[in-house]
Amino acid sequence: MGKTVLLIEDEPNIIEAIRFLLKREGWKVFTTSDGSIAVQEVRQRQPNLVILDVMLPGKSGYDILRELRQEFSADVLPVLMLTARGQSKDRDIATQAGVSRFMTKPFSNSEMIEAVRALSEK
Amino acid sequence: MAGMKQAGLAQQANISASYLNLIEHNRRRIGGKLLLDIAAALDVEPSLLTEGAEAALIAQLRESASIHPKVSAELSRTDEFAGRFPGWAQLLAETHRRVTALERTVVELTDRLTHDPHLADSMHDMLTTVTAIHSTASILAESDDLEPEWRDRFSRNVHEDSARLAEVSQSLVQYLDNSSDANTDLQSPQEEMDAVFKAVGPRFSELEDGTQDPLSLTEYLAADISVAAKELMSWALQSYALDVAKLHEKQLASVISELGPDPFKISATLGCSPDLVMRRLAALATNFGLPEVAFAVCDGAGVLIHRQSSARFALPRFGGGCAQLPLYRALTQPYSAQTAWVEPLSNESAPLRAFAYAAPLGPVFPSQPPIYRAYMLVVDPGQDRGSEFDLITQVGVACRICPRKPCNMRQEPSILSSGL
Repeated sequence: MGKTVLLIEDEPNIIEAIRFLLKREGWKVFTTSDGSIAVQEVRQRQPNLVILDVMLPGKSGYDILRELRQEFSADVLPVLMLTARGQSKDRDIATQAGVSRFMTKPFSNSEMIEAVRALSEK
Repeated sequence: MAGMKQAGLAQQANISASYLNLIEHNRRRIGGKLLLDIAAALDVEPSLLTEGAEAALIAQLRESASIHPKVSAELSRTDEFAGRFPGWAQLLAETHRRVTALERTVVELTDRLTHDPHLADSMHDMLTTVTAIHSTASILAESDDLEPEWRDRFSRNVHEDSARLAEVSQSLVQYLDNSSDANTDLQSPQEEMDAVFKAVGPRFSELEDGTQDPLSLTEYLAADISVAAKELMSWALQSYALDVAKLHEKQLASVISELGPDPFKISATLGCSPDLVMRRLAALATNFGLPEVAFAVCDGAGVLIHRQSSARFALPRFGGGCAQLPLYRALTQPYSAQTAWVEPLSNESAPLRAFAYAAPLGPVFPSQPPIYRAYMLVVDPGQDRGSEFDLITQVGVACRICPRKPCNMRQEPSILSSGL
């Protein structure tokens, strides 16, 4: 059975592009755009990897990550965070919340795929 | 030397035309009798020939050099440089002025980006849309075997996102254009009011001479601002009129030449409160021929409720001020006269003199906590540079754009790694 990823992102065209790219890489891709049900989706889907946007409706990516880390360690559930804010303060918050890798928008497809591969091979 | 031929002037000053030419082009310096003769021939004060434009130019060159100590400019030969190469010297001074202005703009815009929710949202939208386009366009460009259905879908997505990007960009450009003079499309009533006050200047002659009352002046000035900003302006102008009644411009003028812009000395001499003197100096300094002053007022929570920046001392347009400001020291020690030398952490070469004072606002009632206000006046000390033993406090505009390190007052990391 292939690996699964949950993409938590609210921008439809980014979802479509990432879904296409990861499916081509052999991933089964689940998506949600609503921050408030994201943790519940993780519990239900039990993905091998989470790709998480920071600014989401319902709940911020940082809060989702903090909640996830109470149940899932970074070894069990790697989280790749995507954000348009790449300043050191944002990285610090993400690191403290337990992020596995942090990527600043805009990123290249190859960069994103490389990050997903690296996290899934851990 | 318009109106007089060079040969005529040379003759009157008893020198050759070629020697006068050298003087005119700053290749020879003049003094003594020759200076007096030329000044008499031109019917001007001798000082006008030796000071004025050239002195200002030399001062600017020195200031420019002091900001870049590592460059080791030949400071002792500044006069000679300005004299021999006036064009290049002008260019250098002009470049220095331009850089200073641009650095101020960077500080203002960075401050705006940090604290302006509209701008932060626009930037987020823009980056998100760019990411979608970048990602989708890469798929289209790099996937030769893309099925027609996906190709159409991604092409449509790129088209949609391009339109959205154009819209976001347009709105952002319009927003920045509107606010390029930092006065329009403002966020809060206080900013709206500050923008009007900045445009008309700190002194209200109608209130000074009593030809208009605060309410009708508010009606006149508040034509294009929000109701909340108008209300704030009304309060501010009523306070201004009360201040005029307590300390008239003429009364202040009578002591200013002797005491200088020192609110504590003036307060002691005239027997009025230091905060009143500070407010009056903030309104009237330039009218007394003094350099522009900066003035800030904060409430008991430290929130800046009045900001009057000067060319040499910028106060943040958004958020709180630098915690190193004497304003906040005053807030913790009401009724004490706080003075300090402050050095703006931008590109200023000489420290400024800051005076700060805090006191309760209005009457104090039993069993009710007083409402404190802290006031700070920052003045250009002119020739008074203090002594080498004075402690100089380096102050920034806001932590995020402040290069000072280390700083025990820092609230968040700076985005500047090595200063401006």
